[in-house]
Amino acid sequence: MLKDEDRIFTNLYNDHGADVLSAQKGGDWKNTNEIIKKGREWIINEIKSSELRGRGGAGFPTGLKWSFAPKEVGSRPHYLVINADESEPGTCKDRDILRFEPHKLIEGCLLAAYAVNAKKCYIYIRGEYFNEGNKLQEAISEAYEKNLIGVNACNSGWDFDIYIHYGAGAYICGEETALLESLEGKKGQPRLKPPFPALIGLYGCPTIINNVETIAVVPTILRKGAKWFSSIGKPKNTGTKIYCISGNVNNPCNVEEEMGISLKDLIEKHAGGVIGGWENLQAVIPGGSSMPLLPKNICETINMDFDSLVEQKSGLGTAGIVVINKDQDIIKCMARIARFYKHESCGQCTPCREGSGWMWRMLERMAKGEASRDEVDILMDVTKQIEGHTICAFGEGSAWPVQGLLRHFKKEVAKRNNFNPIVSTNKKIPYLVDQHLLDK
Amino acid sequence: MSIKKICKEQPSDFEFNKKNLEEAKKIIKNYPEGKQQSAVMSLLYLAQKQNDNWIPLAAMKYIAKFLIMPYIKVYEVATFYSMYNLSPVGKYFFQICTTTPCMIRGAYEIVNACKEKISDKENQLSKDKTCSWMEVECLGACINAPMMQINNDYYEDLNKEKAEKIINQIQKGEKPTPGSYKGRKNSEPENNRKTLLNIKHA
Repeated sequence: MLKDEDRIFTNLYNDHGADVLSAQKGGDWKNTNEIIKKGREWIINEIKSSELRGRGGAGFPTGLKWSFAPKEVGSRPHYLVINADESEPGTCKDRDILRFEPHKLIEGCLLAAYAVNAKKCYIYIRGEYFNEGNKLQEAISEAYEKNLIGVNACNSGWDFDIYIHYGAGAYICGEETALLESLEGKKGQPRLKPPFPALIGLYGCPTIINNVETIAVVPTILRKGAKWFSSIGKPKNTGTKIYCISGNVNNPCNVEEEMGISLKDLIEKHAGGVIGGWENLQAVIPGGSSMPLLPKNICETINMDFDSLVEQKSGLGTAGIVVINKDQDIIKCMARIARFYKHESCGQCTPCREGSGWMWRMLERMAKGEASRDEVDILMDVTKQIEGHTICAFGEGSAWPVQGLLRHFKKEVAKRNNFNPIVSTNKKIPYLVDQHLLDK
Repeated sequence: MSIKKICKEQPSDFEFNKKNLEEAKKIIKNYPEGKQQSAVMSLLYLAQKQNDNWIPLAAMKYIAKFLIMPYIKVYEVATFYSMYNLSPVGKYFFQICTTTPCMIRGAYEIVNACKEKISDKENQLSKDKTCSWMEVECLGACINAPMMQINNDYYEDLNKEKAEKIINQIQKGEKPTPGSYKGRKNSEPENNRKTLLNIKHA
């Protein structure tokens, strides 16, 4: 288990208060201008050598992303955008950072913005987090008052402004280019990539987009050193991570742990075990609803980091762990997730717009046992036709959970949906011919 | 993509009141010059707040003029995002998350409580015309499931009895305290905390 002094988010449960004085007592805003004086190169290199990977789901190396921003500011200003549109089912880590650790985020924004030459930062918060947004706004106002941000932020000679922008309940706006569209006052439909936002992003200007958690760990890494951060976890999967453990566990909670901790440890130690005991475990969704589920036998040994989970054809995603025990109907659970994706598809690409609805309707029928034997394979076919055929990763996000179900629970699905389609096989008649016309 | 119904009875005009007008001008300044269109989402919120929690078409037209952008663009935004109500909702608007993490912890019990106490159907005003409820997708409080949102506040760690009690309080005009109804502190593991026990902010 990670030692308490190695934890970054010491106020995760709000034991100490989220205001600026409490945050400063906890070590935030300490010598920020000295870090800035070490220069852009140093900051980016330090983040690169800490091997920090983005915490928003894709796990892209953060230092590398920052280095894509043009080195000099040309005619177009640079922007930093923080993605706080946390809507992945099973994930609620950013909410606690916004509420209880806002100063870590704001300080991280300043450092990241300096590193990528941005003077303006927009924080895109999902509309439902109204109260959390207010807390963050209070913290931003405090930071302005103390001259931690604003003109000559922290006496570093760098001018820096932060603005909050509220979303309005669209899951797709968590996709970075959809988020930019939404920031520009349009409906949130993803853009084609390339061009990548690092060169052409918000208002056509170079834009770096990072998740809340990624940015909030930056000040601590720069203070304690890249070596400290990379000594935690595993190679290429370094540092600490907030895991959200929800579903059928005795004590659902958020907890910060090292990368690569075993899933069983997380559930048994921190979340008080599965309801009904470990033997009652049916499956776990390891990284928010987009990631394929894992059955019990894999959960016994799996470690929670990007690469181990990819080996099992799943992913760490946002580390929102949803535990499903044997009291639940697994097909129904997945049908509900499919309904989520059907509801949230932005409607831009046909495979996703139509396919997400098909998957939902088929799964609803399969949960009731109203689908025929062949349809199990048809469902797999539908997921394959969505995956990889859409502008953004939402297509994969909606198809993968269904594929996970079929990969690990195909027997259950087939057992419940086992009747013959209408055409009897011995007649070898095409499907569309009316059977009664052939009766003699 | 959500399907939205535009209310048939529409007020003929709409205008920001003085306070919101100032607020709107302030919001526009958050964005670079000439990019005032970015403020459309915030302005729609203001209009929604001013107009008893829903947005009439007149408000969209007004905002379009205000931001010098085509009306259809405002209409697109208002219909795309699910948090803009285009028909009247209750003064107390209950949103119950029923996505899988909440569902497996009993979110439909809360839906049933709403059906019994508020109205049979979603988006239907209660008898006293103050409340309405709706099933929504993940509200991002999965470890505090099941939960519901009433206007801006989250009520967490509920069960049917607790939800009924909250509805009763609201119908009596009281304001129940938001947060966890299990007595735990925010998102900590209840009675099972193993971390951050000895950290003191010096």
